[in-house]
Amino acid sequence: MTIMLSKKEKALIKEIWERLTPVAENIGSEALHRMFASYPGTKTYFSHLDISPGSSHLYSHGKKIVLAIAEGAKDISQLTVALAPLQTLHAYQLRIDPTNFKLLSHCMLVTLACYLGEEFTPVAHAAMDKFLSAFAAVLAEKYR
Amino acid sequence: MVKWTDFERATIKDIFSKIDSGVVGSAALSRCLTVYPWTQRYFGKFGNLFNAAAIASNPKVKAHGKVIMGALEMAAKNLDDIKNAYTQLSILHSEKLQVDPDNFKLLADCVTIVVAGQLGKAFTPEVHAAFEKFLAVVVASLRKQYY
Repeated sequence: MTIMLSKKEKALIKEIWERLTPVAENIGSEALHRMFASYPGTKTYFSHLDISPGSSHLYSHGKKIVLAIAEGAKDISQLTVALAPLQTLHAYQLRIDPTNFKLLSHCMLVTLACYLGEEFTPVAHAAMDKFLSAFAAVLAEKYR
Repeated sequence: MVKWTDFERATIKDIFSKIDSGVVGSAALSRCLTVYPWTQRYFGKFGNLFNAAAIASNPKVKAHGKVIMGALEMAAKNLDDIKNAYTQLSILHSEKLQVDPDNFKLLADCVTIVVAGQLGKAFTPEVHAAFEKFLAVVVASLRKQYY
């Protein structure tokens, strides 16, 4: 899987996620909350959790997701290696339809736009969109 | 017939009153051409779109962004009948411009992100969801006349 990101883009992505790691649960829970509000069908995957706004489940699950993304961002060339356990989890246990990854990615981008404002330039947005698409694609690799 | 809640109507009206309309359309189009470069296929006559900086400062992109903004404002003013309000626009995009309608979603996503950047914390998940619904109706209306 070739990921078309320049050195600059990789550095930018890594830097942004490093900065957001301390607020991982805020970013993650907000992205999830946005997704559940805009795309209610996505809630069907979370009947085992309390995903109401502000719930501790929402924060801890959001934190998990952001930390996994931040970890992947540290060395994008090694995404397949880094995500191997999560690939297995998503393919055989969670079996989340991959179209949903696009929805969460979009909500993640919206969250970043709210947090970073002007700093989330078109160049940063393009790089981040490519990274999240690649991340989602790698996550779905073991599906079939 | 789309059903809008009072919250959705008020929210959409509020968003349009708060955003910098001179900027949103152009910024969204500029982002779309940067983040999804294949969309440039429809803008062959726009001149220099070689990189993000060129796109952002391109006067034709800015001008066209304003046209797009005007259409969004028109939809916001015609919430109860966007479908009919957009009939001519839909025919234009399908028959004359021959735009793949999947691109409408790409531009809509960029509009959302630009609005999010402008409103920051005020663009709460609930406000965001109302705006996504609005844009989904706009996109569906633009797709309506494709045969």
